[in-house]
Amino acid sequence: MLLGPSLTVSLILFSIGVAGVLIRRNAIIVFMCIELMLNAVNLSFIALAQQLGREGQVIVFFVMAVAAAEATVGLAIMIAIYRHKNSLNVTELNLLRG
Amino acid sequence: MIYGEWILDLLLAFPVLAALAVLLSPEAAAKRVALVGTLVEFLLSVPLWWMFDPGTAAMQFQVTHPWIPGWGIMFSLGLDGISLFMVLLTTFTMPLAVLGSWNYIKEKQRAYYALLLVLTTGMLGVFVALDLFVFYVFWEIMLIPMYFLIGVWGGPRRLYAAIKFFLFTFVGSLLMLVAILVMYSVVGRATGEYSFAYSHLLDNVGSVERWAFWLFGAFFLAFAIKVPMFPFHTWLPDAHVEAPTAGSVILAGILLKMGTYGFLRFAVPFFPGVAFHPTVQTVVVVLAVTGIIYGALVAMVQPDFKKLVAYSSISHLGFVMLGIWALSLQSVEGAIIIMISHGISTGALFFLAGMLYERAHTREIAAFGGIARVVPALAATLTIVSLSSIGLPGTNGFIGEFLVLVGSFGTFPWATVVAATGVIFAAAYLLRALQRLIYNKLDNPEHERMRDLSARELLVLVPLIVCILWIGLYPAPFLRRVEASAQALVEQIRGPEATTTPARAAEVVR
Amino acid sequence: MPASVGWVWLVIVLPFLGFLVNGTLSFVRPDAKRVVSAVGVGVLALSFVVALVVTGGVVAHPPHGHPYVLTLWSWMPAGSLQIDAALQVDQLSTVMMLVVTGISTLIHIFSIGYMREDPGYPRYFAYLNLFVFFMLILVLGASFPVMFVGWEGVGLCSYLLIGFWYENKPFADAGKKAFIMNRIGDFGFLVAMFMIFHATGSLSFVTVFEEAPQLFAVGGTTITLITLALFMGCTGKSAQIPLFTWLPDAMAGPTPVSALIHAATMVTAGVYLVARANVLFAMAPVSSLVVAATGAATALFAATIAVKQWDIKKVLAYSTISQLGYMFMGVGVGAYAAGIFHLTTHAFFKALLFLGSGSVIHALHHAFHATHRHDDAQDMRNMGGLRRYMPWTAALMWIATLAIAGVPGFSGFFSKDEILAMTFARGQEAGVFYVLWIVGAVAALLTAFYMTRMMLYTFHGPTRTGEEEERHLHEAPWVMTGPLLFLGIGSVVAGVLNLPAVLPGSGWLHHFLEPVTEGSTAYLPEFHLASATEWALLGLATLIAAAGILGAWNFLKPALLQPASLATPESGLQRILLRKWYVDEIYDALVIRPIMWLSERTFWKVVDVGVIDGVLVNGSAKTARAVGWIGSRLQSGRVATYVFFFVLGSILVLRALLR
Repeated sequence: MLLGPSLTVSLILFSIGVAGVLIRRNAIIVFMCIELMLNAVNLSFIALAQQLGREGQVIVFFVMAVAAAEATVGLAIMIAIYRHKNSLNVTELNLLRG
Repeated sequence: MIYGEWILDLLLAFPVLAALAVLLSPEAAAKRVALVGTLVEFLLSVPLWWMFDPGTAAMQFQVTHPWIPGWGIMFSLGLDGISLFMVLLTTFTMPLAVLGSWNYIKEKQRAYYALLLVLTTGMLGVFVALDLFVFYVFWEIMLIPMYFLIGVWGGPRRLYAAIKFFLFTFVGSLLMLVAILVMYSVVGRATGEYSFAYSHLLDNVGSVERWAFWLFGAFFLAFAIKVPMFPFHTWLPDAHVEAPTAGSVILAGILLKMGTYGFLRFAVPFFPGVAFHPTVQTVVVVLAVTGIIYGALVAMVQPDFKKLVAYSSISHLGFVMLGIWALSLQSVEGAIIIMISHGISTGALFFLAGMLYERAHTREIAAFGGIARVVPALAATLTIVSLSSIGLPGTNGFIGEFLVLVGSFGTFPWATVVAATGVIFAAAYLLRALQRLIYNKLDNPEHERMRDLSARELLVLVPLIVCILWIGLYPAPFLRRVEASAQALVEQIRGPEATTTPARAAEVVR
Repeated sequence: MPASVGWVWLVIVLPFLGFLVNGTLSFVRPDAKRVVSAVGVGVLALSFVVALVVTGGVVAHPPHGHPYVLTLWSWMPAGSLQIDAALQVDQLSTVMMLVVTGISTLIHIFSIGYMREDPGYPRYFAYLNLFVFFMLILVLGASFPVMFVGWEGVGLCSYLLIGFWYENKPFADAGKKAFIMNRIGDFGFLVAMFMIFHATGSLSFVTVFEEAPQLFAVGGTTITLITLALFMGCTGKSAQIPLFTWLPDAMAGPTPVSALIHAATMVTAGVYLVARANVLFAMAPVSSLVVAATGAATALFAATIAVKQWDIKKVLAYSTISQLGYMFMGVGVGAYAAGIFHLTTHAFFKALLFLGSGSVIHALHHAFHATHRHDDAQDMRNMGGLRRYMPWTAALMWIATLAIAGVPGFSGFFSKDEILAMTFARGQEAGVFYVLWIVGAVAALLTAFYMTRMMLYTFHGPTRTGEEEERHLHEAPWVMTGPLLFLGIGSVVAGVLNLPAVLPGSGWLHHFLEPVTEGSTAYLPEFHLASATEWALLGLATLIAAAGILGAWNFLKPALLQPASLATPESGLQRILLRKWYVDEIYDALVIRPIMWLSERTFWKVVDVGVIDGVLVNGSAKTARAVGWIGSRLQSGRVATYVFFFVLGSILVLRALLR
């Protein structure tokens, strides 16, 4: 039931997310792209759960919980970075360069 | 014997408690708390001198607590004639080290004195551990406070020196850890009893015969770096120059002894077959004699007083190595006496170097000169201590060197003769330095107002000078306590006749 | 042991107490000169009295076979090596003890006057007392290590006293040089002790000397090496070739120090050591010959240098080296008593000469000081005609000069003649001893010559000090001339201690010392000289002395001398002699500079800093860092790059899993 289209949408969403992480410079947008990827994965979990059993749906809850935690911590870090550097441009955040 | 049952535990625990007290006390009171702590520690250890039974080579004051019994790790401690004086030397040096830091350390005093106290536990643990795992743990514990002492309170190049010190020692100790683990598992497999206990490993060392050479090599490297033997010595001058006064004193006085102590306690008794294999023996003796001459010669041309003393340590420790490898009763006893007296004399020299630095803010020998007139007491003390380091008869330096040389002559006549030339160079480098420090014309007018030794500084130096003369004039109490252990070591390797027959090698007449 | 001998420890302890008191005073009350003098001299005088008591005990109950050994405490017990802090009293140590305490007392008294104005007065007496303490340990020690304590201890005091005026760099240099050269010799002493211990199992004199005949083959390698090493110690302490160059420099110390340490006592320690170990040396004929030959060569070599020195103390220093050479010649040929005899007489007349020169220097120094001139108060070219101002000093120094030159009737004549006669007697056994005898005789001629030269330039002819200064010249105070008087008496009469065999009452010292030297007699040939030969040798010695003195008197013209500041520099052989055969320069170029170069340029800068630290230590650090640098290039700091690699990696992993 709509498995093919669901997975296709999931794949498109995931690719948009990857492209966004690779290309965009604003950390917030990179961050949103990560969320996009997570939700793409969630979508494919739900779609596949219809055929393979309910465990997939359970995992979606875990992913959402982790995503929420990640969003909290990530946004907090970003605020800290912004206060420190007045910028959220990821190309400028290169203190760990070798 | 109630004292004997808890004293070693207490000696290890007390400095840690004192360190906590230092951390909890206000910044200004930290040094006083530390002084009281180290003094109490010293007083606790003093009865060992009388309680120790000089008649036996067995371990005394033994205590054993299970630590990680599943892996055969027991927290077991004990003392014999070799470690007794190392323990006493440590507890004796620490109050002086605190007193010597009194005005020198101005920042982060709490942390400094707490580290000194933790260091005390680490060093004492190394000397009393009877379980190789425990030994290794303490060996590493003492490394960390020393690293910080050099790295935080040191001179301008302190980071370089601290890292160099740490890495040198660490490379050796990791190899030693591997060796310990190999012995543990091989002996465990052979005997069915997995244990890190010193006596267990020593009794069953035969089962690691196949790896003996490599195991000895690992132990050798760990200890030779610590001694330090030529050519593993270059961390020492840097560490000494950069360390704060008390750091140098402890480094020279106690830490260097861990290397030679390790040889006496572990490397040599475990692997006599390798250690006294003719080739290995030749290499070690050549390195020891090279160290004696080389250290003295390089000391002669040092412009920095602390560096000079550091190189002189390399020379002195060469005598210890020669004495251990010559393996006669006199030479081993002499080696232990040098370990004690080097701690005292070189410790005193570093204290004096620190006092000179506090006055003139330089360690350059050339910057001084002629100060004997302005600071007669300092000059007199420096002279006495230098003479003891030169090995003038009547001071502690002579006893050790004489016993080592007289004992080594039977085993290595030529090496001994070459080593004995070290006494000439010792006089050359120290007298040269002495002349340029306190004699000649006073050419820096600022030094006219230099102040002489204060009461606190006298309090640091007088005990050391008393020891210098005591060991020089009446070393018999020391020798008596050392003798049984030294004899046991020699007889274990050479056989019982090595110490009982008088040395006589003259030609038979007619 | 007689009760009086049991007090011998007090002889040593008294000077040490003096050192403690004066040393404390030098910090606490440096101005308390009266107390310092009283303590400094008092302990020595007391010590001398106790020494006399001990000697009385030894004379009344002479020890036979075994000397009296007083064990104080167990010093170094280590297995089979048992060294006690013990004192040995026998005839030899008694003689030395008397010489040391007696001469020291006189010189301490002299110092009260000489050092009166020095700000370091208490320190001076503390050092001097300490010296006597160590010197007494040296002569009374009952084993090689105990003797070595004194042996190095006197070297220490010598170092401290030579560099007494340490603000003057050359003086401090001289002290250091003395200590280090002595240490080179001490190295020999140490090695000898190692060999002795391993050969005999003991280091105490009694055991070693009693067992040596059973343990060593006569002339064997071991005994020869032992004695040669011991003698190496002697060359350092007693300033023999090749380690003699420190002694002339040691004249930087105050003059009484030169008299006590560098003439009368410390430098004779080597002679004492050979005499003490006479059994060992007698069993090693090769070593004994080396001792005698070195002594003879030194006697001549030093005498040639003394001929051309202008500094009055340098003349005496080289004269001391030369006389020490005689003593070694004596003990080298097996005439141990003769060596000790010359040691004793030399202590009197050389101490007298040094103290006399001290008075002269003192006077000149004051004269120059009064007129604010900065000329050299020790240069004989600035002296001349001083007998008019210092008659006592002049007369007493003449007595000593006649004694050292070997004029019959004076002490030096008998002691020097005995050594030469004994050497001559050994000639019957091997021709080489005749050569030594000739060398000794030539040195004796030179001795008479340079000593007369010194007296002539100092006390006779016109005064070259300067008109203004002459008014300030005056005789030394009684506290300085008094000791000279005693030494003068000694210089004349000390000869009776050991008159030659042809004279009545002969050889008292020889017989007194016999219990000490009898162990060696078995290995030595009989010394036998026909009465006529002995008379001939006495006559020849007289002729040599006369020739030297008269030669100097006739050839040298003090009137032609110029003061030092106006003098023209010497050339040719004279210059070589004045510069002491350039021995110092040769040592500097051949030994000191190469060692310093090796230490600094090679060991430190190349091996330590370059190879070990540069290549090995920092090299491995650099290698680690280089490897790390390569890895760190991946760490660009751009999150996008990381993600790109992450995605790439994920795809690759997925591909591998899905295959």
